[in-house]
Amino acid sequence: MGCCNEHSRSELLRRGLAEAGKGLPAIEPGMPMPAGTGLDRRTFVARGVGLALAVYGGAALRPQVFDEGIAAAAAAGPQQKVLVSVFLDGGADSLSLLAPTGDPLYRQLRPRLALAEGSGSAFTEDPRLTWHPSLAPLAQLHGEGKVNVIPGIGYDDPNQSHFTSRHYWEVGAADERLATGWLGRYLDRVGRHDNPLQGLSLDWSLQPSLATARMPVAAVDAPDRYDFWARGVWGDVGTRMVETIAKLGELPTHGDPGLKQASEAAKQSARLYEQLAPFRPKDDRKSIVSPVAYPAGDDRFPRRLAGLAAMLAAGLPLRVVALSAPGGYDTHDNQAQGLSDDLKLTADSLLAFQRDLEARGLADRVLVHVWTEFGRRAKENGSGGTDHGAAGAGFLIGSQVSGQMIGEFPGLGKLDEQGNLRATSDFRGLYRAILEDWLGTDAAAIIPGAQKFARPRILR
Amino acid sequence: MAEIPTYEGTFGHAEAERLLWRAGFGPRRGQAATLANLGLNGAVRSLTHPPGERWVGPRPRDEKGRPLAPADAWGHDHLWWLDRMVRTSRPLVERMTLVWHDWFATSNAGVGSQKLMLAQNRLLRRYALGSFDRLLVSITANPAMLIWLSGTDNRKDAPNENYGRELMELFTLGEGNGYTERDVREQARALTGWTSTWKRGKGQTDFRFDSKRHDTGVKTVFGKKGTYAWRDSASLCVHHPKHAPFFVQKLWSYFIPEPPDPRTRAGLEALYREGFEVRPVLDAILRHPALYTGPRMVKPPVVYIAGLLRGLNRGVDTTAWVWLSDGAGQRLFNPPNVAGWDDSRWLDTNAFRGRWYIANTALEKVSLGDKKGKKGPKIPNDPEAIVKGALAVLGNPTIRPETRRELLTFARGSLQGTTGWKAESYPPLVANAVRQLLAVSPDLQTC
Repeated sequence: MGCCNEHSRSELLRRGLAEAGKGLPAIEPGMPMPAGTGLDRRTFVARGVGLALAVYGGAALRPQVFDEGIAAAAAAGPQQKVLVSVFLDGGADSLSLLAPTGDPLYRQLRPRLALAEGSGSAFTEDPRLTWHPSLAPLAQLHGEGKVNVIPGIGYDDPNQSHFTSRHYWEVGAADERLATGWLGRYLDRVGRHDNPLQGLSLDWSLQPSLATARMPVAAVDAPDRYDFWARGVWGDVGTRMVETIAKLGELPTHGDPGLKQASEAAKQSARLYEQLAPFRPKDDRKSIVSPVAYPAGDDRFPRRLAGLAAMLAAGLPLRVVALSAPGGYDTHDNQAQGLSDDLKLTADSLLAFQRDLEARGLADRVLVHVWTEFGRRAKENGSGGTDHGAAGAGFLIGSQVSGQMIGEFPGLGKLDEQGNLRATSDFRGLYRAILEDWLGTDAAAIIPGAQKFARPRILR
Repeated sequence: MAEIPTYEGTFGHAEAERLLWRAGFGPRRGQAATLANLGLNGAVRSLTHPPGERWVGPRPRDEKGRPLAPADAWGHDHLWWLDRMVRTSRPLVERMTLVWHDWFATSNAGVGSQKLMLAQNRLLRRYALGSFDRLLVSITANPAMLIWLSGTDNRKDAPNENYGRELMELFTLGEGNGYTERDVREQARALTGWTSTWKRGKGQTDFRFDSKRHDTGVKTVFGKKGTYAWRDSASLCVHHPKHAPFFVQKLWSYFIPEPPDPRTRAGLEALYREGFEVRPVLDAILRHPALYTGPRMVKPPVVYIAGLLRGLNRGVDTTAWVWLSDGAGQRLFNPPNVAGWDDSRWLDTNAFRGRWYIANTALEKVSLGDKKGKKGPKIPNDPEAIVKGALAVLGNPTIRPETRRELLTFARGSLQGTTGWKAESYPPLVANAVRQLLAVSPDLQTC
């Protein structure tokens, strides 16, 4: 799938929002960083004086200009581990990501979709598997010991509905009714009531895995564009106007959930506006400059990752971040080309992000988890695509990972009764390991029945 | 049949205003008062039995004054429909078309043809208040849907489950509710046979049923056996005992945020089962006490936009509405996926900012002191008058007294102690800001 004019559509959108924000300049990934530019200049809206303050120099934020809560969170920030969740939307075909070219049944099940002989590099931990050529950047990081490959992850009684299976993954349980995300519950346990940046969706809207019961979280499309400008309003009236957004959000809602939702959005938005003040460009200068090259083009994914690295470098109090990879993975038809392009942009961007973190000295603090709601049917369908399946593939990326495979490739000879790959690891076990070993919290309080799921070794 | 309760309280300005928002796109100036005069039954009837189509207000155009090209120009599909929402004399028909667009969520991101999307839109509008039974059969064979959910790829030697699954999971029964994975596969077989031809310059065309591609064998669906084909596929779902409860719950949720009580639910299901007609069910929902006494709902972004334009008496005159609407999370003809938009999550920090710029653009034509050298109307240095004026500009919507007080506090604080040039130049600034704040207030984001 994918539409011919998708490209121009996103370009128009991007320009459109920039216009709304008084013509903000675009971040240009790949621009070298001239000395003295980038994040050396920071601006804060200081509530007490109602002024935008520019601060030059210094490696960390000056937290005293923020509210106490943000200040405390930011001060604790440098040691804080960060999890970045990257979602491959639609059910990515694990048998394309890591093609079982060494499995005797592979070419029989995938007569049209099988990788061409000799393309892609061998997966060193299992000679049956070959990396998709577009995943060469991940193969490279794997060679450096910075990727855990999860070749068959899922759960018992797999559900083949996108929405249900995705929901299970998002809430961290096979439970339709659970309304908080697994990362949201983590924040409910360890987060602060005054720091929406602790759970950040780099997206148009909230990523459901971050949905909390009590703690604020935020969604921001790109950190350099979060502003509230109004035609015919300027000066101190403009400053007061933005402050009044929060006040409108604090008015009594008389127990009305609809009003409460709208009020919360207003309140959180006003707070986020303050937190992101340093990333709003001033005087036509680019706000985000990356030390490494990200994939060019107008896709938001590499730009969001570049922005994320800059936010981390600035010491903003982030804990868990969620975003979607570019493209769509529900490849019912004509799978080969679309998948190849989407995977390439995803993998190229993830490699750039890792290098960016390494260049900024942040790599030991960040773990990236790449996931999808399910894999796809082993046998290709008649449309040059694949239908919904069961076990899928996932990756953990970072300088601290063990670099060892989690679970194993189950083999095409042992498909389930519906012709789907069987899971050799459970996503709840992986979550348990991430929560306990990476985020340092008690998984039992977050994942229902966590102790029932084996905890794989994920770190060095 | 279980008695369905009807609202018996006062049907005044506030109730008429809420009805117009829930069953349409908000009131045009003075429309809430007119509707209130009809009383509850008359008001609901005017929506469910609307007169012939009339268009009120200026015709749509782009920023250069050119007419729209909805089938061809990027984004004009969105503008074309938004214009209908703004100018229609049959708001419930447009609102129900939007409901079906969400229910049978088809995205041009997968279809790749505005022309086919518009054709589907006409189909949805034709059945806006009609028979769900017939709508379901028609949508099953609808070209945009055939592309979107791989219907034209589904043939007897290579069945494709995409449509068969969503037909039950999202359109008629609910996930896992009364069907099995085997039913998914059997439905896919029953649905085989549709095809189309690719023509250069025209794209997919000549959508047709080709019996050579159809699996004529016996299928077992919901435990029944038959040589089912696509019409049977749809019909089996509508007649499934779990369909009416699914339908009632889903339709209700578009109009009232809290689920119906058991008595209401039973009554609505019985009403629906009489002939799978939408109009009588809608009629009962719109007269239900829960609509008038229950909590507020967050307005979907396009409803928010269309409503602002109706209140401001402004037509569609810029293509900015396409990206503005998308920025708030709703681009028409491009729902995020086949499950449609998530109505429980319209607002977050990003969508809020999106709505801020929607309000900003909606108000741009009446912005004060913006044009160089031109003096606008004189705005008095008087906070009360400024807040009252802002309410009037936006069509005098009902707001909480607390909201009004907060806006007054803002206006007072901003004008306090202004002397000299500030005493002259600040009132328009403050008036612009009060309008903007009012438009994005929780009161106006909900209905």
